[in-house]
Formats: sequence, C-alpha cells, structure tokens
Amino acid sequence: MKAASLARVLVAGALAGLSAATFAQTSLLNVSYDVARDVFKDYNPKFVTAYKAKTGETVEVKQSHAGSTRQVRAVADGLEADVVTMNQATDIQFLADKGLVAADWTKKFPNDAAPYTSTMVFIVRKGNPKAIKDWNDLIKTGTTIIIPHPKNTGNGRWTYLAAWGNALKQPGGNDKTAAAYLGAFFKNTPLFAPGGRDATTTFIQRGQGDVLVTFESEAELIAREFGRGGFEVVYPPQSILTELPVAIVDKVVDKRGTRKQAQAYLEYLWSKDGQENAAENYLRPRDPEVFKKYADRFPTVKTFTVDDTFGGWAKATEAHFKDGGSFDQIYQVK
Amino acid sequence: MKSNRSHRVLPGFNLSLGYALVYLSLLVLIPLGGLIAKSSELSLAEFWTLATSQRSMASYRITFGTSLLAASINAFFGLIVAWVLVRYEFPGRRFFDALVDLPFALPTAVAGITLTTLYANTGWLGQFIEGQWGFKVAFTPWGIVVALTFVTLPFVVRTVQPVIEDIETEVEEAAATLGATRWQTFWRVLLPGVFPALLTGFALAFSRAIGEFGSVIFIAGNIPLVSEITPLLIIAKLEQYDLIGATVLAVVMLVISFFLLLSINLLQWWSANRHRGEARELDPGSTGTPGNNAGNAQGAAA
Repeated sequence: MKAASLARVLVAGALAGLSAATFAQTSLLNVSYDVARDVFKDYNPKFVTAYKAKTGETVEVKQSHAGSTRQVRAVADGLEADVVTMNQATDIQFLADKGLVAADWTKKFPNDAAPYTSTMVFIVRKGNPKAIKDWNDLIKTGTTIIIPHPKNTGNGRWTYLAAWGNALKQPGGNDKTAAAYLGAFFKNTPLFAPGGRDATTTFIQRGQGDVLVTFESEAELIAREFGRGGFEVVYPPQSILTELPVAIVDKVVDKRGTRKQAQAYLEYLWSKDGQENAAENYLRPRDPEVFKKYADRFPTVKTFTVDDTFGGWAKATEAHFKDGGSFDQIYQVK
Repeated sequence: MKSNRSHRVLPGFNLSLGYALVYLSLLVLIPLGGLIAKSSELSLAEFWTLATSQRSMASYRITFGTSLLAASINAFFGLIVAWVLVRYEFPGRRFFDALVDLPFALPTAVAGITLTTLYANTGWLGQFIEGQWGFKVAFTPWGIVVALTFVTLPFVVRTVQPVIEDIETEVEEAAATLGATRWQTFWRVLLPGVFPALLTGFALAFSRAIGEFGSVIFIAGNIPLVSEITPLLIIAKLEQYDLIGATVLAVVMLVISFFLLLSINLLQWWSANRHRGEARELDPGSTGTPGNNAGNAQGAAA
C-alpha cells in the first residue's frame, strides 16, 4: 500500500516535471507595494485571458508585495522583476538612477505612467463626533490623528505632502505657515504607525485616535474588512492626487526576453477592462468614461499634484524627508 | 594542560580551527567588516555629525536604556522563574517550562501586535492599567520595555536553569547544618554559583534587546526624541536611500554594544575568580562546591 502510493507520487512528480518542460510558458514577475494585493489579484486573470485571446500565448503572472522602498531595493539588488508597480514615483526613479529602468520612464506610458490615482481622505468615528470636515479641524486641541510614519512609509509621505500642500494653498499660505500647520498637526499625533495597514489596525481595532488619514482606496478596504458600522469617510475640500506609477524593468525584460509581454501587461492597465478593475478597487481611473460610470464612488475633491505643488518627488524628498528636512525640523528641540 | 592536549575529543586540531575561523568569518566578520568599510567612506567629521545628531543621541538613550531595563527585569524575575521550574514540583510544570521558549519561536511582529492590542488603552490590560493608575504603556517608552522583556525572557531562564539543576540540595543542607540563615545560604552559597550564568543570561538578553525591531515598532509609537529606537532610525534612513547614514548608526550601535558586552564579560570573569578565591579561603582543603559551580557556569557561558 505504502509502496504503491509512493510510486504514484513519483510518477505524478515525473509527469509534472515533464509537462512543465514541454509547455514551458512565459512568466512575468510584478513587484509591487504592500496594499496593491487586491488590485492585482483581480487584474492578473483578466490580463491573462485577454492576452491569450489576442495572441494565443499563455502568460503566468507572479506577484510580490511588501513595503515599496524595500521592494525596489530588492529589484536593484537582483530580484528579477519584469515590471514594477509602485505607490510613489521616487521608488521607480531610484531604479532609473541605477540604470535598470529607462531614464524617461514617465514618458513610456500615458498619464506620466500612472494608470490610476487615489487621494488622501479622513476616516472618522461613526457620527463624526469631533465634526471633522477640513484639514484645519485636525489641528484643534483635543483631536488626535493616526498616520503611518512620514519618513518610513509611502502612505505617510503622501499624508505629509497632502497636509503641507493644503496649508500652502490657503489664502496667505507660504512655507512658513505650512510648517506651522504641520507643527500643530504633529502635536495631535500621539504615535506613528510602522506601516499603512498598522495605522488602520491601530485606528479601527485598537480604537486609538479620532481621525485616520489614508488613501481613499484603503478606506473602502477598511469598509469591506471591518464593516461600515463603526466609522465614516470624510472628504476634505482639497487634497493631494496620489499618482501610482508603473514601469518596465528594461534590464530584466531584455535578459529574459519578456519585453513584449511586460509591455502588454502594463498597457492593459489603460484598457477599459484595466480601468474598470481599478475603479472596482476604488482607485480613480484615468479613462473619463470609466470614471463617469463609477462617479458615485469618487466624490469631487479639489486636488493638487506633487509635480505642480512641490516641483516633483526629487524636490519634495529633498525639502521634506531628507535628514534635516522640514519633517526633522519639526522634531528639533531648540 | 598536557593531558588536555593528548586527549582531545575533536580530531584534527588544525582542521577544526580552520573550519571555526572560516565559519565565523563568513557569518560574522565579513558582513561586519563590510559595514565598517562602507562607513569609512565618510570623513571623521562627517561621521561624527551624523552619529551625534539630536535624533540619533535620543535614539541611543532610548534603545540602550530600555534594553538595560528589560534585561535587568529579566535577570531578577527570570532567576525566580528558573528556580521555581527546577526546584518545585507542581502540576503543569512541564507546560510552564515549555512556555518559556515561546518568545524564541514567535515571530517578533506577532508579539509586537499582540502586546500592543493588549496594552493599548482599549486592550484587556491597558484599560485596567490606565483606568486604575492613569499610566500609559502602549505607544510610550514603557511599551518598548514590555516588548523587550517579553522577547528576552528565555535568555536568562535558559542560561540559569542548567546551573541551578547542578546545585545539589546537599549544599543547602550543609549550609544549614553549619548554621547559615536562609538569607546567608542564598547570598553566600547559592548566588555565587549562579551569578556568572546570570550575567551571561543578562548579556544575551541585553544584546538581543538592542537589536530588536519587529516587536518594538508596533508598540513604541515611534515619536522622534521620545520613543524612536535606533533600528527604526536606521530603517528611516534606508527608506530615504541614505545607505551611508544608516551605516553610521549601525557602526555606533556596534561599538557601544561591543564595549558593553566586553565590560559584562570582564565583570563575569572577575566575579568567577573572586568567588573561587573566596571558596578556597573558606576551605583550603576541598575543591569547594560554589567554586565548582562558578566554573560550570563559565563553561556554559563560553
């Protein structure tokens, strides 16, 4: 009995090995940030089907998710990613600086290579007991804010720039008033969560704080995960447009001969199918028609971008997140 | 010494030594050397400015302070736990003994998340502590101490336990018949034997605590100058692609840790020798059990 089942296992193993060898299929590795899991879990089968219908070729897409900066460092150190899909242009720029990604990667796809966007919103307790409507309500005495670490997480950096940009765009706003606003903001921040998801857990499950600042898409995820009973989403009148960029890793696709598939994989993000998939996951699609179809999910927010307000990520990083930047200055005791 | 040389258990001294050196170099020395080489790309002045910035200094204080506190707490309570597990018979002893190893096996992030949920002001313990005494644990430096105490508990218990097992009850009985009080028996007979192992456990716990990251970041709150540990600051620098800055902090931690561990080792050596001397003084004729035990503990430590 035992010998028979062992033999069966061996035969099955040999067959599996054989079939893998005969029908060797192209595989793509998409290295992505932490909370993009759901988007791509839905997107990959759609792409595989469409690509098969169009070319008759079967592609397999593998995913890898972790903190975005850690991910690109892994790619720079030799993780063979065909494409990277990140939540911040800085991370892809790092790969471009290392020569793995084309220097003009933002021009390789429409919309600065960001197929969909999101924005930073507030999540408050049910009934909005602290009557939080706008950024200025966050800095009132007695309001506590939960955010992820502004230096260590993409989510935290977007929050920081959203708050700074909004203060800048107030009547009479300048760098000084923005710094003062952020100073008051951090007086109300009792802790920095180590990651986007932990900020959510801290707010929802551990009941810390009055308001959580996070991505609009994350807010929907919280609703799915924890139910809609305990909190509500507040859209500030003005916030940042978070562009979530993608790129082909040229060095890898040239080596593996997967450029054609990688190109198709990313292009398909801009197709109707790809855009609808984004909208289903509460990411704002670029396609105006798809956006219109899902308009009820995306309340109007006046948005500004990192490019128009901060002169791009390189400058924003230099001014705010580098050692001695505006964030460090807030925590400098004179 | 001579008899030692002719009766070696491991054959091929040269082979064994070479193997040990290569093994240590590959695992420890080469990565550390790379670290120091990387940091030497900076001038001394640049290194100093980065290493002594306000944020860095605060983070050293927090990291080493909380680690020292956690290791001390475990040195005291860990000793009691080890003593109870060895000397007392009670139902479920095996179970509690196995529990001690749990912090070793548990992924530290799981420990961090669990402790945070427990000690937050909405958690089981947190609401009680804060409601009763108005004392916040989670998201303060005290949270760090809690996480580190949890993570480092097995180190003290597991180093002290075999030494306690080696102390024969006869030693205590002999002390009692010679008129020693309970306190004297503990202080002059039992503790000297256990002390070197206790120091080893303390040093292990302490060094483990300094490097701990996974569990701490969830419970600490991570506020600059208040509850930001050095490993977090290193990650912050890596997130900015500032490899050099991260290396500088790593080297500083390495140097401080090295000197702290060195002084603990010296203390251990001194205490072992002192007690050996004392035992000889008391009874020049015998081999002296306390001294023997100190020797055993030294062996365990090495």
